[in-house]
Amino acid sequence: MALVDGFTKGLERMPGGSVILTSMDALADWARGQSLWAMPMGTACCAMELIACSFSRFDFDRLGTFPRPDPRHVDVMILAGTITKKMQPAVKRLYEQMPDPKYVVAMGNCTVSGGIFYYDSYSVVRGADTFLPVDVYIAGCPPRPEALQDGVLRLRELIHTRSLDEERSYERELTLPGPDTPRAGTTDACRGHLLSSPGPDGEDG
Amino acid sequence: MSDLSAIPVPVPADAGSSLEVLREALCSVHPDLCPLFSIEFADSVLMVSRAQLHATAAKLKELGFERFGFVTAVDFGDDFELVYRLQSTRFGVGMSLKTEVPRDEPAIETITDLWPAANWHEREVYDLMGIEFIGHPDLRRILLPDDWVGHPLRKDYHDDDVIPRPDYI
Amino acid sequence: MTIEIESRRSVTDEAGRGVDELVVNIGPSHPSTHGVCRVIAHLDGEVVVKAEPVIGYLHRGIEKMAENRTYLQVVPLTDRLDYVGSMYANWAYCRAVERLADIRVPERAEYIRVIVCELQRIASHMMGVGASGADTGAFTAFVYAFDIRERIVELFELLCGARLTYNYVRPGGVSADLPDGWIEACRAVVRAAPARLRELDDLFFGNYIAAGRMRGIGVLSAEDAVAWGATGPVARGSGVPFDLRKDDPYSVYPRLDFDVPVGESGDAFDRGRVKLFESIESCRIIEQALDQIEAGPVKASGLPRLIRPRPGDAYDHIESARGSLGVYLVSDGSPRPYRMKVRSPAFCNLQLLGRLAVGHTVSDLVVILGSLDPVFGEVDR
Repeated sequence: MALVDGFTKGLERMPGGSVILTSMDALADWARGQSLWAMPMGTACCAMELIACSFSRFDFDRLGTFPRPDPRHVDVMILAGTITKKMQPAVKRLYEQMPDPKYVVAMGNCTVSGGIFYYDSYSVVRGADTFLPVDVYIAGCPPRPEALQDGVLRLRELIHTRSLDEERSYERELTLPGPDTPRAGTTDACRGHLLSSPGPDGEDG
Repeated sequence: MSDLSAIPVPVPADAGSSLEVLREALCSVHPDLCPLFSIEFADSVLMVSRAQLHATAAKLKELGFERFGFVTAVDFGDDFELVYRLQSTRFGVGMSLKTEVPRDEPAIETITDLWPAANWHEREVYDLMGIEFIGHPDLRRILLPDDWVGHPLRKDYHDDDVIPRPDYI
Repeated sequence: MTIEIESRRSVTDEAGRGVDELVVNIGPSHPSTHGVCRVIAHLDGEVVVKAEPVIGYLHRGIEKMAENRTYLQVVPLTDRLDYVGSMYANWAYCRAVERLADIRVPERAEYIRVIVCELQRIASHMMGVGASGADTGAFTAFVYAFDIRERIVELFELLCGARLTYNYVRPGGVSADLPDGWIEACRAVVRAAPARLRELDDLFFGNYIAAGRMRGIGVLSAEDAVAWGATGPVARGSGVPFDLRKDDPYSVYPRLDFDVPVGESGDAFDRGRVKLFESIESCRIIEQALDQIEAGPVKASGLPRLIRPRPGDAYDHIESARGSLGVYLVSDGSPRPYRMKVRSPAFCNLQLLGRLAVGHTVSDLVVILGSLDPVFGEVDR
């Protein structure tokens, strides 16, 4: 890696070198977006819609997204389902095992903010972005498979449009949640596109 | 529109007779059990003391309650009420066996020797309610992380992290 | 095929050399789609000596949350318990509320409940059988099963707007009547389904690889099934003919004619096949219910907006796709339950994993877990 770094730094200093680097990077980003292998971190109900999304009716594979259960093979982790305090260290560890560059899609209300379990639950983590940097939020309880596919397409846009100077997901500093950790949806550390989805959120009868 | 064609709360076809048969059988097994047995909402409930629970459960198993439903606890302030649900194919009914356990000494004998199915249920009651089951082969937390402090389903459980739901009905 | 292991071989082998037992952690996130289950397996080579499931990774405190919600507001929480079968999870809870509060459900609502419950049973079994396929490497079987499930989920979407968590069966009836044309759409699905199910049976269970992977694996004897509180296809696969729809009938099931498939050998193969044949029987039930259903109200009349049952407790149960799912409610006269306890069949069945996996290989452990068909929303609540 030091050789590649040295090469790119040398290329930056050359006249016209930064243009080459930008376009190489853009090419790499374009290629990466076209083939996002996803880790289906499905804990609860949203996992059923994630599975339905991967199958013949909605077909994730035509977007290049392929479910791989191993974190070391994937680009994006799709968090589908409630994350509990018992499960949180396992999810964190799997995220850390993913190679860079990596992205996180928070699917479903429970990963966005705790969802229907926001109130009164003693064991639910209220939002995945309290401990992971989330790139795309998909609301819904559960979101429709089309909404999930839309989320992946938005992620693809995000990947394509990021420039060299912009902060990449793996360069963000991760802080452990503490008493001052901002609540879901208000944090600056995570840049994401909040998507609304036609999915019933049946919290009130 | 009226509910002329409404279906009533379902009761087994000859509930009266099978529950009466059950009452007869219980009384013949042990005369002390008769007054403790009641039929409420087409369901049978037997309330015994903590010391008698294991012996009563053994008798019920002999009588024909071979299936174990669940065991759970309800926090009523000064005591916990333990509810054991049993099912019998012979009588075609289910039965609730209840007992009370004082709050300052929440312990009771295990019934895993009678029904191995009670193993995880008792662990869950220990985990969420804090009731100790004496003689249980492996009494430790099952649903919450091992280092959790407190028993959440108790009414006096306090957790700073919980956000209570605002009271708008 | 059970591999006999000589006892105490995990200490020294025949040459007197010490053989260490390998402790392997499987889960909580693993490719098998059953959810968040962690199994700590003690292995002697590749053979499981002890397997201990660790659960609680999806414990969300639903029972505690129910104490701060009105009886109607608890219904969406029950959706998320057995999320592969929201319709019957709602129904078990609503039956307990109706028993507690003396609510009489109109006949049309009972028929609708039976129809949606049986449709949900088929959808749930397709998930179960499909996941068994995925476990044994038959990914195509999973996709085929999901095709059948998609057609049913589409029907539910026409009915109540949701694909997974329906919130449809409410205390006192159902939330809304069947839309126009739904009965015809349902009939079309249910007429086509048995042929597809038999095709799936032929393609998956008739395949000698699936048979080799699943026959003789995880054999559960009938005595063990009763002693360990197993219900549903797990018990019926072992030859225990216990089905609440026949043994403790409820709702309109006494008017419907159907059989209960029972297996013989108690292995994973029979459990899977019981699920599949149950789905075919469900199609029969649905057709009869569609013929017998008549016009009428779908909600109990005079139901207050806030249900305040009298103080007391009640338990009621139904036959879900996993076994006997029951809800025990304690009321203190207020509009909120004092205590809600869910008797989850998957929780009771999962206890058997440690017992069934001993003597099998790690790959068989996954197959056994699949055949027990746990859904962790229900196991952990």
